[in-house]
Amino acid sequence: MAESIAFILNGRPAQATAKGSTPLVYVLRGEMGLMGARIGCGEGHCGSCTVIVDGKAVTSCDLPLEAVAGKSVETVEGIARDGKLHPVQQAIIDEQAGQCGYCLTGIVMRAKVLLDSNPAPTRREIATALDGHLCRCGTQPRILRAIARAATAIAAAK
Amino acid sequence: MTDVQQRPATTQAQPAAPLPKGIATHPLVSQWIDFATPAIARLRTGRVELGQGNVTALVQMAADELDLRMDQVEAVAGDTRVTPDEGFTSGSFSIEHGGQSVRLAASAARSLYLARAAILLNAPRSELSIEEGVVLRRGAATPHTYWTLRDSVDLRVEVARHAAPKAASERRLAGTSQARIDLPRKVAGSGFIHDLVLPGMRHGRVLHPPSRHARLLSADLAPIEAKHGGITTVVNGSFVGLIALHPAEAVEAIAEAARRCTWSAVPEAPADPVEAMGSSKSPSVVTFESGDVSAAGGRRFETSVSRPYLAHASIGPSYSVALWKDDRLSVWTHSQGVFPLRQALAMVLGIAADRIDVIHADGAGCYGHNGADDVALEAALLARAVPGSPVRLLWSRADELMHSPLGPAAVVKASATVGGDGMIAAMTLDITGQPYGHRPDREGRANLLAAEYLEGAITHAPAGDIATGMERNSVPLYAIPNVRVTKRVASELPFRTSSLRSLGAYANVFAIETLVDEIACELGKDPLAFRLAHLKDARARVVLERLAALCGWPGASKEGEGLGIAFARYKNSAAYCAVAARVAAGGKDVVVTHMWSVIDAGEVINPDGAVNQIEGGMVQSASWTLKECVRFEGEAIASRDWPGYPILKFSETPEVSVEIVPRPDDPPLGVAEAAQGPSAAAIANAVHAALGVRVRRLPLTREAILAASM
Repeated sequence: MAESIAFILNGRPAQATAKGSTPLVYVLRGEMGLMGARIGCGEGHCGSCTVIVDGKAVTSCDLPLEAVAGKSVETVEGIARDGKLHPVQQAIIDEQAGQCGYCLTGIVMRAKVLLDSNPAPTRREIATALDGHLCRCGTQPRILRAIARAATAIAAAK
Repeated sequence: MTDVQQRPATTQAQPAAPLPKGIATHPLVSQWIDFATPAIARLRTGRVELGQGNVTALVQMAADELDLRMDQVEAVAGDTRVTPDEGFTSGSFSIEHGGQSVRLAASAARSLYLARAAILLNAPRSELSIEEGVVLRRGAATPHTYWTLRDSVDLRVEVARHAAPKAASERRLAGTSQARIDLPRKVAGSGFIHDLVLPGMRHGRVLHPPSRHARLLSADLAPIEAKHGGITTVVNGSFVGLIALHPAEAVEAIAEAARRCTWSAVPEAPADPVEAMGSSKSPSVVTFESGDVSAAGGRRFETSVSRPYLAHASIGPSYSVALWKDDRLSVWTHSQGVFPLRQALAMVLGIAADRIDVIHADGAGCYGHNGADDVALEAALLARAVPGSPVRLLWSRADELMHSPLGPAAVVKASATVGGDGMIAAMTLDITGQPYGHRPDREGRANLLAAEYLEGAITHAPAGDIATGMERNSVPLYAIPNVRVTKRVASELPFRTSSLRSLGAYANVFAIETLVDEIACELGKDPLAFRLAHLKDARARVVLERLAALCGWPGASKEGEGLGIAFARYKNSAAYCAVAARVAAGGKDVVVTHMWSVIDAGEVINPDGAVNQIEGGMVQSASWTLKECVRFEGEAIASRDWPGYPILKFSETPEVSVEIVPRPDDPPLGVAEAAQGPSAAAIANAVHAALGVRVRRLPLTREAILAASM
């Protein structure tokens, strides 16, 4: 039996038995059954596997499991509160900021981190923050609008 | 049950329209609609969700005709076990054809239930209506619903005899913006084929030959099986793959397998395939001729434009799950055509098609014939080695960029002759390229990647282009009396190509619309007015005129900035689309700062969905036009990862504005591919307005501008 690696997943303790070198995204999708982190390139280039580790948005396809030992990992499945979607998710639906939707969960995680530190970003600041994320359907203008809308919604709720 | 005659003639939308193909081949209501599940109407469609939102629009149309809420309609899309065979979801036909079938079938179902209720209630039909599935009499609920009446209404009757679609004014849902039904689950972390988990599922990986015609010389994979418990390797001809118990193990083992295989050398190929295409000696054929182009006299203009090979480059790699069990094969796929894929699989695997089930599930964005079908065959080949166990196969990013069919390059040489009246009297287009439409089961060929190199594979002669492939949108919509179009398949080029969004329209509209712009500028005429002077089609004129108002044409330009416009009607039969682009070309790279579009797509089912498609089409086309180009080393594709095949970044994305010309009483026109060609030409025309330089060779990079200004 392999030694397990302990970390906090969406606020709860988790144990993974995969090898420490296994990319985190495989652990999340396989062992943990959480499909929100998506495999796009496996090389950290497209952002679709982005999760939050100790408050920072990181790609999980090039991050070994052992690197999150003892740390807090958040995935898109863990950001809804009281049965309500996170404001960024809700804004994406409100703006219909999706076509295929494959890139969206990674972008949601990046945007959450952005808005946590910069509650009123400009379009340019949002776009720059998302430059590690690729969208192929051409939904970028809507996604940019959605994140600005989420910022407004979060500010209004405070 | 002759319900059609009982409805007033005024409520018939288009009574004389011919039956859509789907209804001709699947004539019964029961083949499209059932009420077997309590409180749910199940809609069966052969059209599949590719990321474009078509299934939401189809549900809207069905709910409208059935007088149901959208959440009371559940769509099953693309499943050889239960849905109609509507071929491929392609060509922007989902609403034009697929939607009309759904509308007719759903309206027939409603008529049949109302007729039954009228008998049971002993009431005239005129007193009855349906709301949320409940039959009402003079507005009051009766005990009858679609579900209570289910066993007394036989839906195995012809759609054509009972269809009574609503008039535009009676529709509640079609024509209104409705939220995508699949978006909430996708933004919450599920909803893709990649998320499908089957009990005992194993994980496949494959090793592709380094290029299309390279072949396996040796494979020593036994040590891999010995080293990793539970790994099964498969070698068949030049097909190499393995199945593992864990995904990361599969990735590790396939890297090891790569070191244990040797391949024949990558064949040579022209270092600059686009240039080679331009001097191809392959024979050309005339695809269109009107009048006599040689008889027209006047001032002559010429251009030669090219587009490079383009990658589909979806963000999610191609994926499939296959299971062989009890002599049956089940395949889950994000293919555009589950029925043609089934035929192709049967052909390659040597089993009867009726022993194969092909089931669609949503993939990442699909922009044409990508690797979806190829990976399905490969999953089936792997699964055959472990009967009873489902095998999932995910392509790597390199697989995706190197081994999917490419969108072919093209060289378009165009000329125009302007008469003494300042009008274009003649235009010619001479198109050279590689073919489109090499889809599964076309012309009795599997057209699946691994089928080319399995043991005993049949070698085919290079296939030709499909009609309406390379020459799509090659005939200008302008009133030009003499037009001649020729096309030439450069069959000496070895690359595997097929349909990518808009097919030949991208290069042809780029050629025509940059040439027309050039002529207008040379003659000192306003490019908008010059186009309008050549357009007799009133709908075409309206989209251009409204575009001019929307973008503030011609506007005042700052130094290094420019505004360009372009227009086409997709396929000369689908949506009208005019696009404007503003560029800032003073810096290191060309930046598109804003794009505008006005479309006329006839009846638009989901206006926001159509706007989303046009916005996305413009942005994707801007990415193709400014940045994209597949690179080669000999026959092998050298652009294998995102840094090697850059696409438009968020910080490079223009603002977009789209307006729809409302025409609810006209037939719907396909919209999803309409913006690709006009967007490219609008950007190039804007660059000319900014810098005075005509860039004819795409992509439109700083280097291309420098080369064009020499």
